Amino acid sequence: MFDQKIVGMLLEGIRDTLYMTLVSTLLGYAVGLPLGIVLNVTRTGGLKPNRVVYRILDIFCNIIRSVPFLILLILLIPFTRALVGQSYGSTATIVPLVVCAAPYIARMVESALNEVDPGVIEAARAMGASNMQIILKVLMVEAKTSLVTGATITTGVLLGYSAMSGTVGGGGLGDIAVRYGYYRWQTDIMIVTVALLIIIFQIIQNLGMKLATGIDHRKK
Amino acid sequence: MGIIEIRNLTKKFEAGGHVITALNDVNLSIKKGEIYGIIGMSGAGKSTLVRTINYLEIPNEGRVLIDDVDLSKLTEKELRIKRRDIGMIFQGFNLLEQRNVIDNVCFPLEIAGMSRKKARAKARELLETVNLADKEKVYPSQLSGGQKQRVAIARALATNPGILLCDEATSALDPQTTESILSLLKEINEKLDITIVVITHQMSVITDICTRVAIIENGRLVEEGPVEEVFDSPKTDIARELIANKQNTYSPVESLKSNKVIRIVFSENSSFEPVVANLILKFNTPVNIMGADTRNVGGKAKGEMLLGLPDDEDIQRSMIAYLKDRGLSVSEVREGV
Repeated sequence: MFDQKIVGMLLEGIRDTLYMTLVSTLLGYAVGLPLGIVLNVTRTGGLKPNRVVYRILDIFCNIIRSVPFLILLILLIPFTRALVGQSYGSTATIVPLVVCAAPYIARMVESALNEVDPGVIEAARAMGASNMQIILKVLMVEAKTSLVTGATITTGVLLGYSAMSGTVGGGGLGDIAVRYGYYRWQTDIMIVTVALLIIIFQIIQNLGMKLATGIDHRKK
Repeated sequence: MGIIEIRNLTKKFEAGGHVITALNDVNLSIKKGEIYGIIGMSGAGKSTLVRTINYLEIPNEGRVLIDDVDLSKLTEKELRIKRRDIGMIFQGFNLLEQRNVIDNVCFPLEIAGMSRKKARAKARELLETVNLADKEKVYPSQLSGGQKQRVAIARALATNPGILLCDEATSALDPQTTESILSLLKEINEKLDITIVVITHQMSVITDICTRVAIIENGRLVEEGPVEEVFDSPKTDIARELIANKQNTYSPVESLKSNKVIRIVFSENSSFEPVVANLILKFNTPVNIMGADTRNVGGKAKGEMLLGLPDDEDIQRSMIAYLKDRGLSVSEVREGV
């Protein structure tokens, strides 16, 4: 159906899409995970309540999350260029993806940790656990199922956003869909890229949910 | 001088602009090796009191001395080390759900920095003591309530504490299991010479295992002494009421006219939400509480309440639907008075 050149391009698109999605998820967690932990710890009733810190981070997360991704993509062009030297291509797209993902991940982590039974935290305090020990050995462990579910959802969202970056030359499958499907009216190529995105999404979602239930010891 | 000395302790909470005095000038002296009971109705302040003993609650005034050490004088780190000498078990067991039994028991040792091998050996020994040696690889979700509390006891004993605090430890258990947990506590007390503080609202728990008892009402310690003495000649009304332990059976007052009376039953989970208060707020219409009771049904705490609903049939229907939505069982008692 397609010549070798197009097949090659599609394979490259898959590679770029996976690269953008996975690297931005990882980097997003590098920022978002500590941010989410701080949100959980400083909230009222947290391990170390601090209204000022909580409010600042809370507002910061809300501001970034309220900017639509496409706008963020454009707003961040100077920053991206300064950081990676260019504003188009897969690596450049990772920058706005991480900026967009970090506060989203922080919220996911915060709400996962908020669900941990306060009684268990109290028990750990009664045993003489320090706040750091409670975070690492109680909160993160007891919330692991929600954390993995959150990571799965985040990866799915970033897959979609990485495709959206195709409109401004972001690379990957979204880029191909925009260039061939939108500018050249080659509907067949667009349909194939969409199908590929659906398949990748399904794989991520299924693997993530399997992992989440697999590591859960609460109901078995 | 007791192992636990509580002097002029006052604890206040601020909630919505109001100051609530949870503990008011409480003095207690608990001797080494005792099983000391603290009893009171719910909301009397006994849970707050037990939490000041390991400084999970920091008092506003007064002092807590453990082994002659004033807890308010300790740094945060010293306090954490001191807490290893004070084990605690809870009504809700509070086990780590994602760790198996032996890892739960190892947890306080892990925190204290003991090597994994030594911690495991100690944990096995303790699981032997609480009769759960065969369950070490099992996760808490697969255990019964009594077994969970046994794991919690083993965990609380892991650091060889001199004191064990029990916060309503048997309140979620059926009578048989309660009995077996209480005899385990007694056994531990005798074998390990550990001082046990028991918080409860059930007089039977006090009479079963305690040597001395303190009665708390509205944050004040109103009566204190050897269990037998208090049991034989209670001096206060609250002591008499707790001892009589009468089943509070309210018969709905007939003169409270209401066309529709329903009986709602709270299970353990639904009693956390203030359902009736929310119901009234939602419909902006008062309901008549004509009777309320709690009882033990098959080991589960059940709350029962009789509500007189307003006359409007539409509101009646939506109120019943609302209550059913909240997971309560609703039944009609009678129609028309």
